[in-house]
Amino acid sequence: MFNHKKNIIFTILIFAITLVQISAKAQNKKGKKESEKNSTKSKQTTTVDTTIKTSGDLFAELDQQNASNKQSETDLTTATFKTTRLINGHSIENVAKGLLDVKISHRFGTLNEGAYAIWGLDAATMRMGVDYGITDRLMVGIGRSEYQKTYDGFFKYRILRQSTGKVNMPVSVSYVASMHWKTIHFDATQNDIVHYTDRLTYAHQLIIARKMSDYFSLQIVPTLVHYNNSAPLNKYSNDYYSVGIGARQRITKRVNLTAEYFPRITKLDGYVNSFSLGLDIETGGHVFQLNFSNSTGINERAVINETKDKWEDGGIHFGFNIARVFTIKKAKKLGW
Amino acid sequence: MKIFLASIFILLSISIFAQKTYSTKTGQISFDASATVDIKAVNNQVDSKFIDNTGQMIFSLLIKSFKFANGLMEDHFNENYMESTKFPKADFKGYITNIASVNFSKNGTYSVNAEGTLTIHGVAKKISTPGTITVSNGKVTIKTLFKIKLKDFITGSYIGSQIAEEAAITVNCEYQ
Repeated sequence: MFNHKKNIIFTILIFAITLVQISAKAQNKKGKKESEKNSTKSKQTTTVDTTIKTSGDLFAELDQQNASNKQSETDLTTATFKTTRLINGHSIENVAKGLLDVKISHRFGTLNEGAYAIWGLDAATMRMGVDYGITDRLMVGIGRSEYQKTYDGFFKYRILRQSTGKVNMPVSVSYVASMHWKTIHFDATQNDIVHYTDRLTYAHQLIIARKMSDYFSLQIVPTLVHYNNSAPLNKYSNDYYSVGIGARQRITKRVNLTAEYFPRITKLDGYVNSFSLGLDIETGGHVFQLNFSNSTGINERAVINETKDKWEDGGIHFGFNIARVFTIKKAKKLGW
Repeated sequence: MKIFLASIFILLSISIFAQKTYSTKTGQISFDASATVDIKAVNNQVDSKFIDNTGQMIFSLLIKSFKFANGLMEDHFNENYMESTKFPKADFKGYITNIASVNFSKNGTYSVNAEGTLTIHGVAKKISTPGTITVSNGKVTIKTLFKIKLKDFITGSYIGSQIAEEAAITVNCEYQ
């Protein structure tokens, strides 16, 4: 499946990720020790308290409740990933009900363009879009990319949510359906097709994700991309399958390392698999995503099936996503 | 007949002197730690009980049940500050020190004082706060507003001056 050079690159990356994980685990242990110290402190103070006052039955009741309650409540896992997009593709996350998420993404040219084109920063493509949470389980979004002048729309529905306690669910599962419409002008030399329906593609994705710990999350994304007409690209098939893999590794409280890889099972000729590395940086109101990827486009068709540049040739695009969330509809129960 | 009346009287007096536990599972606790941006959240699933003659009281809540207007802020609160997977609950164990001044059979608003141990983020701290108990036709409402220093409970980095040093906590619980 891979050639020799690719193999080396991936081994190095996997090695780097494991190193980061080990260091994060060490940090985690430190935190645990501190919390243990704190809890012994709290025990001491409460014993002092009960000796002062005699009848302590409510306190005992609460202690008992705290010990047994873990089974009687369902604890939904939150923040598996930082935002609704991992890098180029969707993550398991949804925007909450009533929130409007305005997303602006940039992808610059390739690093191998060199100093003359300031390593790709001269050229940029972008996508502007808005996402909205209709319910806590259903979100919709539309966007427009400069790359091939593409309009896209999608919906994402949470089927299962990872949880512990009363309901023990090991994974979260969501379904994303998206549609992309390429509107770049007909070019006679490319033998392109005129009718607009011939330039529509659809992607169906099932996202299966698990937050392994507070520090590491993983998702697997079986994907089907359907071309209404793939004649100019490949004469034989309209459907292309792939299985995406994505991960997030928390480095500090505000910085996360992310990776995304889309190995294709059935392929269009002349394209390569998309691989991206990113950093999610949290600030007060939003998440700022920096990334390096061999993909230019910012929709499922362009990323998964039509990525041309190769990492080993330096065909790496620097890019970033910024998002700003606006509250459109306030939750009812907020009582202020 | 006399014995009958006497026994009724005795039964009544027993029920008057017997202690009663007031409880709720839908109490409300909100906090405000706004400095330059609004940082407010409310929890409507507070579990609380108190006993009328000893004044002993408890409050318990799930950190994840605090609802913010901003979902991302809620994630920050749970992941970065409260570490709610590690410390899922916060509670208070204490006493109303002047419970004797409250007449639960007479409507009115009584000023009270509460003292006890507040545990947030695994850190226990003694607090004392004034509040009110309102009795209205058998329904009892406890209200209080107090401030805590965030540094007492949470260590680590804060985003500049966006979070206030002190959080104002408002308690509003109606008991049955």
